[in-house]
Order: sequence, then C-alpha cells, then structure tokens
Amino acid sequence: MTAGAKKSTNIIITVILSALAVLFMVPMILVLINSFKSKLYISSEPFAFPNSETFVGFENYLNGLKSSGFLAAFGRSLFITVASVILIVVCTSMTSWYLIRVKNKLTKGLYYAFVFSMIVPFQMVMFTMTYIVGKLNLNNVLGIVFVYLGFGAGLSVFMLSGFVKSIPLEIEEAATIDGCNPLQCFFRVVFPILKPTAITVAILNAMWIWNDYLLPYLILGTGNKTIPVAIQIAMQGAYGDTDMGGFMAMLVLAIIPIIVFYLLCQKHIIKGVIAGAVKG
Amino acid sequence: MNKSLKKYFPVFVLPTLIAFIIAFVAPFIMGVGLSFTKFTTVTNAQFVGLDNYIKIFTDPNHDFLNALIFTTLFTIVSIITVNIIAFSLAMLLTRKMKGTNFFRSVFFLPNLIGGIVLGYIWQLLINGVLDMLVNSDITKSSTYGFWGLVILNNWQLIGYMMVIYIAGIQNIPGDLIEAAAIDGASKTKTLFKITIPMVMPSITICMFLTLTNSFKMFDQNLALTGGAPGKSTQMLALDIYKTFYGRIGWAGVGQAKAVIFFIIVALIAFLQLRATRSKEVEQ
Repeated sequence: MTAGAKKSTNIIITVILSALAVLFMVPMILVLINSFKSKLYISSEPFAFPNSETFVGFENYLNGLKSSGFLAAFGRSLFITVASVILIVVCTSMTSWYLIRVKNKLTKGLYYAFVFSMIVPFQMVMFTMTYIVGKLNLNNVLGIVFVYLGFGAGLSVFMLSGFVKSIPLEIEEAATIDGCNPLQCFFRVVFPILKPTAITVAILNAMWIWNDYLLPYLILGTGNKTIPVAIQIAMQGAYGDTDMGGFMAMLVLAIIPIIVFYLLCQKHIIKGVIAGAVKG
Repeated sequence: MNKSLKKYFPVFVLPTLIAFIIAFVAPFIMGVGLSFTKFTTVTNAQFVGLDNYIKIFTDPNHDFLNALIFTTLFTIVSIITVNIIAFSLAMLLTRKMKGTNFFRSVFFLPNLIGGIVLGYIWQLLINGVLDMLVNSDITKSSTYGFWGLVILNNWQLIGYMMVIYIAGIQNIPGDLIEAAAIDGASKTKTLFKITIPMVMPSITICMFLTLTNSFKMFDQNLALTGGAPGKSTQMLALDIYKTFYGRIGWAGVGQAKAVIFFIIVALIAFLQLRATRSKEVEQ
C-alpha cells in the first residue's frame, strides 16, 4: 500500500472512531444536559437543549442534594470503599503470604475455599448472609466493611497468592537471619514487593465496592444509603412521582467521582482490569 | 521461617478467615440446607425434601424457566455483539495512529460506572427515543426491554473486552505479520490465518467474561426494566431476588432457585477452566 493510500485509510478510520466515541458519550451528555433543565421538560423533551424557558441553572443540583441525603450517601460510600479496600489489601496479602509459605493441609484447604468462593453468585448467599450479619449486629457502616473483607477475600487471595509464589524465598530468609520476626519480615520486606499486585487488587475491589448496590441495600437498608442505594430509592421509592430534575443531578454527581478517579489513575485501572481478567 | 511463621496464624489468617466465614462459608452451607426447607425467618425452617425444587418447575407462571430462557438468549446475543465490536475496535486501535489513547479511554469509561446508574442513564435515552418514534416506553414491550438490555450491556462491556483484545493483538510478534505480507497474503487472509489464531487465548477469556457477566446481571436489569412488562424481561438473578423478598412463604423456593443458579454458573466456570487450560498446553 502506498503511503498516501494508508494516510487516507487512517483518516477514514479516525472519522469512524470519532463518530463512535460521540455515540459512546451521548448517554452521559444527555444526562448532563437534562440536569440543567426544569423537571417538567425532562421526560417530555429529553433531547432538547435547555433554553431560556427550561433552563434552571443549578436548582436541580440543590434539590437533588437536599432531598435525597446525597451528601451523606456520598460520604458513606467513600468511607465504606476506602476502609474496605485498605482492610482487604492488608488482611488478604498477609493471609496470602501465610497460605503460600506455610504448607499443610489446612492452608491448602483454605486456599481452595477462597478460590471456590469466586465462582459462587451473590444470590446463593444473599438471604442467609443478611440473616447472619443481622444476628451479629454487623448491619452498620463499620460492620459492612468487615463483610466486604469476607466477600473480597476470594479474588484478592487468589491474585496475591499467585504473586507471592514468584517471590524468591532467599530474600525472606535473609531478613529472618537479620533478626526480623514474621510481622517485621512481612511489612518491611514482602509487602513492598507485593505492591504492584496490591494496587491491582485495590483498584478491582474499589470499583466493585463503590458501585455495589445489593449488599449495602440488604445490610444497611434505606436508613444508611450509599450512592447506588440512594439513586435506586429516589427512583423506585417515589412511585412515579420522582423529581426528574433532582434525579438527573444525582446521576451526574454519581458519575463525576468515577471520571476523576479514572483520569487520575487510568494506567493502573487498565492494567488492573487486564490482570484481573486474565487471572479470574 | 516456616516454623516461627506458623505460630502467627491468628495474626495473618484469622481476621480474613472470620470475615470469610461470616460472609461466605456459613451462609453458603446454610443456604444449601435451607433449600430443602420451608421457612420465613430461617429459625422456623421445616424440612420439606425436594419440594422447593419441584415447585420451581411446576410453578404455573413458569417464572424461573422464562427467566432462564430470557437470560440465555440475552447472553448469547451479548457474547456475539460485544466480542465482534470489541475485536473490531481493537484492530482499529492497534494501527499506531494518532489519538489511539484518547479513543481507548472513551470506550473504556462506561465499564467503570455502576449498574444502577447505567440503567437509569439508558432508561432516559431509550424512553426518549421510543417516545419520539413510536410513542411508547421501555416498560411496554419485552422486545424493547430485551434490546435495551443488550445495548446497555454492549455499552458497558465493549471497552473492557477491547482493552483485553488490544493487549492480545500487541503481543503478536510483528515479524509474523510482515512475513505474511511478504508472502503475499491478503489482509483478510492475515486476519483469519494469523491474527485470530494468535489471539485465541484472549478470545476465550473475553467470551467467558461476557458470558458470566451477562448471565449474572442484576443491577442493570433492576434499574432499566425492573422486569417489566410483567415479568417478561426478568433475568435469573432478579427472579431469585423477587422470589426471596416479594413472595411470602416462597423464601425456600428462592433459595432452591439460587442453588440451581449456582450450579449453572459453576458449570460455566468449570468449562472456562478447561478451555483456558487446553489453550495453554497448545502454546
């Protein structure tokens, strides 16, 4: 192919991709546009741009924040996600190291139990888990963090153990000879080596926990709403009487943190997704 | 090392293990047991043998079977559309053109947004289009619901699969493609004889990822159609949820449905393991 022909093909492809990119963004742009329109015009004319008659500025945002307790939900989601991810990364990397370095029937059995839990759909344990968590008084914002440790353990132990296997024993032995006890050895030597995989595990868990709807809905109910629960309640709880303007604003506010997070650590996210997919 | 570490079981393993037992092990075992009982609050369970399992299939509404058929059709269509589009995009984005990174970022973004939010975003768009064209909305026909869910699922998964395909395509040694070009192989021939066979492991992974993601879908289903009209767009996970919490006295049946659901998902996972293992041997 001549250079000129190649150039024109590339232009055509760029045009096609640009059109597709616009198509991909349309749903989000549509919500953004409607979040600035009066609630009366959203369902009837969703594709119209706001004009002098329908434009309401930030009124929807103020209403949406006020009525749904959205700020509290945002804080709750943030706390639960950050606390759970930290707990999961620290606890499961310690567990993974132990399971790989201490070889006996118990550790082998536990490893397989963790791997097995990855293939069990949530609906299988949903009802009984809610019951047990309620009985143990873990049905609050702190308790759910502990429950997430249990649910996140499967994938996290699986990924981290795979990496621990590749760490040469000599490094740890040297640390032990230098007088490190297992805890010092883990936090000073092993954990720093685990860091790349730990970041992947953190991102995969953060994405899942931030967006999770059913688990917080069942455990925390409507009294302690996270963002996905607040959105679902705003729509379903109002029985057709939803303030569409406030609702659009809530959707925009729910997407913004994700886009910011994505822009900040895009490389890690994409790397994590590939690693998670290939292993899972 | 091993000996001194062994004593540290309570520090290294116990916290994770306790959480794991509370969240997974105990509920799983209890769940299997309760699927053979009739109960409303777990404490009043009465053994009823296989009654719940029989009820699933003798239910005059055929809720579970309908959900199974709907879910299966949805999954098959999704696997085909998602993977063909994602692979095509990956081919276009590995031509070393300008702007590749920008496009990759845009196509991947929807994957990060949660199912509930996605469902309502698409509800606005789809209802707007349906209202304009046929003066209707997504809850009026199961055909609208089906294709609405397929479009949403494509939107969410294409970027994800595309990223995996890009990694696969970039791993193909460049001299292989060059050698084919020197031998006079046409573009189509290179695609089918070299590129596709070389990214077969990625194709297997993406097919199974689409399969399990689509088959287990819940949030998007709840938000976009909620099963409407009637229960005609209700997928398996949503049907199980509604049997548990929406039908008094049917919690046992819900648990039995969940066991069957689990067995199907486990079989898929087993097939996936075999498929990826055999591919690894070939290489």
